[in-house]
Amino acid sequence: MALQFEVVGRFNRARASKLTLPHYVVQTPMFMPVGTQGTIKGLTNSQLEDIGCQIILGNTYHLALRPGAELIDELGGLHKFMNWKRGLLTDSGGFQMVSLLHLADITEEGVTFQSPVDGKPMLLTPEESIQIQNKIGADIIMALDDVVRTTITGPRIEEAMYRTLRWMDRCIAAHKRPDAQNLFGIVQGGLDPVLRDICVRGLVERNLPGYAIGGLAGGEDKDSFWRVVAQCTAALPEDKPRYVMGVGYPLDIVVCSALGADMYDCVYPTRTARFGTALVPEGVLKLKHNAMASDERPIDSTCSCMVCKNYTRAYIHSLVTRDAMGSQLLSYHNLSYMMRLSKDLHMSIVEGRFPEYVRGFLRTQFPKGDVPQWVCNAMEVAGIDISSCCAPVPV
Amino acid sequence: MVGLQDHFFIASPGDSVESLPEHGGTNKIGAAFETPSGRRLINPKDYMDIISSTRPNLWASLADEVPAWVTEKRNRLSIDRTLKWLDDCLSLDQEKGASTLGAVVGGPNIEHRKKCATEVSMRNVSGFYLGGFGLGESIEERSALLNAVTNILPEEKIRFVSRLGLPEEVLQGVAAGIDLFDSTYIYHLTLGGFALVFPLDILGEAPEALLRNSSNDYTKINLHATIYRKDTSPIVDKCSCYTCQNHTRAYLNHLLNVHEMLAQILLEIHNTHHYLGFFRSIRRALKQEKFELFRERFMESRRVHLMEAVPYS
Repeated sequence: MALQFEVVGRFNRARASKLTLPHYVVQTPMFMPVGTQGTIKGLTNSQLEDIGCQIILGNTYHLALRPGAELIDELGGLHKFMNWKRGLLTDSGGFQMVSLLHLADITEEGVTFQSPVDGKPMLLTPEESIQIQNKIGADIIMALDDVVRTTITGPRIEEAMYRTLRWMDRCIAAHKRPDAQNLFGIVQGGLDPVLRDICVRGLVERNLPGYAIGGLAGGEDKDSFWRVVAQCTAALPEDKPRYVMGVGYPLDIVVCSALGADMYDCVYPTRTARFGTALVPEGVLKLKHNAMASDERPIDSTCSCMVCKNYTRAYIHSLVTRDAMGSQLLSYHNLSYMMRLSKDLHMSIVEGRFPEYVRGFLRTQFPKGDVPQWVCNAMEVAGIDISSCCAPVPV
Repeated sequence: MVGLQDHFFIASPGDSVESLPEHGGTNKIGAAFETPSGRRLINPKDYMDIISSTRPNLWASLADEVPAWVTEKRNRLSIDRTLKWLDDCLSLDQEKGASTLGAVVGGPNIEHRKKCATEVSMRNVSGFYLGGFGLGESIEERSALLNAVTNILPEEKIRFVSRLGLPEEVLQGVAAGIDLFDSTYIYHLTLGGFALVFPLDILGEAPEALLRNSSNDYTKINLHATIYRKDTSPIVDKCSCYTCQNHTRAYLNHLLNVHEMLAQILLEIHNTHHYLGFFRSIRRALKQEKFELFRERFMESRRVHLMEAVPYS
């Protein structure tokens, strides 16, 4: 184990923590931006540091392709290669395989697919994935899991869950650097509580440094989504970090944090920036809209990031349709927003005002009181009273 | 608006990247430019509207810029138009010429150039924009034309020329008395994945050392090349730009291979820094009254790699 997890504040299930990793000490709840190919679209390391990013994700599948795991290892690991001084997390490569490559085939051995470079058949095994991740050298590495979409039903889900446990053992056996890298297990099991429970217990038995909740963020309905998160966070050990993969929208992060999750990753903030959309406390702001052309306010008057301090909506509007700098500025702002959200969650828990923070957040996003039912249900389980945010139900 | 309040801003009708003068389309109404949204014609009034809204520190007057191979008749027409438009712009100028760079044209004809320069000097302008260069004329014929103009222009007023970007062209311009340059040199280098590496401290090194020093023999390197895959050195050793202080050639090679925007950002930072360093070296040489020596040494160092490529007989 190469980490220390210290809970520094609580409210019911929600917790704020200090997580010490080999390269950095992070505060949770925390959002991790995705830097697929060893960079976050158009932002320099010093900008990422200014924004407050603590851990960024590298994508094993892409990095193994280019520049290659051997090369990264030879040049001293991904931290050195990118010159990123804070935390890094790599995923197993499994998700890309399944989502990007229609011809991927999953067997007990591993994931077979067609190499996008030369069309030759290739096989990603748990051993291979861990070996590549050992070479890349991130602080946190992910086990290769058998991921199925939550929209699928039937015996495939059960098969995938048990295989995930078997692959977990192979990952553990293959992991050569447990003193420097933390191998997280991933809970699978679709939307079936029985399967999820078996998977959680199986992973907990293996006494891993941290646990992820996988297989969500793939189109399932929100009501099922939060219930799976709630079930897993209730069953996972208190003293280890919990990472909900592929989440996401600020609202989802607030709900999952209330239910006891600590870490999140998603391409949403940077991807939506490239479409001209900014994240603001009220929800989203579409900079391409004609109304923005003459709007001289900053994107968000409550935001103190470099973009909001220097540029108007009108100027960004003029950029977003025709210049890469538009999306770069929006990425900068959106990530600032996510890091501010992370910090606010952490501090409000530490300072004993988490419920007030949640209520404020919901009121700003839903000024008419139309908080979605799934959020109300989830907050009830989380023990947070949000009745003042919800409009009265018509009799 | 663009967040660069403490920088100087000069406006000219053409933009070296997106808005090139198109003399074939220019007529008595206005000057034509090829832009991403097609050909645009702009007259002095529209131009001055833009100038008064954008409020640059200096602006060049609207000109009919023609390349070196136009007919004599077309050339004369361009001078008449340019002078008329200068007067039109000045009459609409709220600052009465205090920020104006009067455009001097005249194509490839030395006498016309001199005449135009004389005329423009008589107007109440703060400096001069030498138009019609960088449109395809040869580097050899340019010197005579530049000098013909600058010899006439008042010493104490600023001279600006566009589209001269190569270091050799800059040196040629400086030798002729030009003060301000703009070009797409850096922009195109960056787009191509090139990084500037030519030595800046020409006068500091002993001549033999300069010629012998193989790592400094080249102007630029292309970071797409596979030889840089594992090169953990910065683009230029001891360069103080953000890119060289923080990143390696190997990382840039990777970013270029995976088509990441960060590649262009980091390259542009280095190339701009390096190119501005070149101008700093020029200024230092001028102050030390060693500019001619600087220029000579610089040109020599650029030819060394050619000498090395040719085997001794």
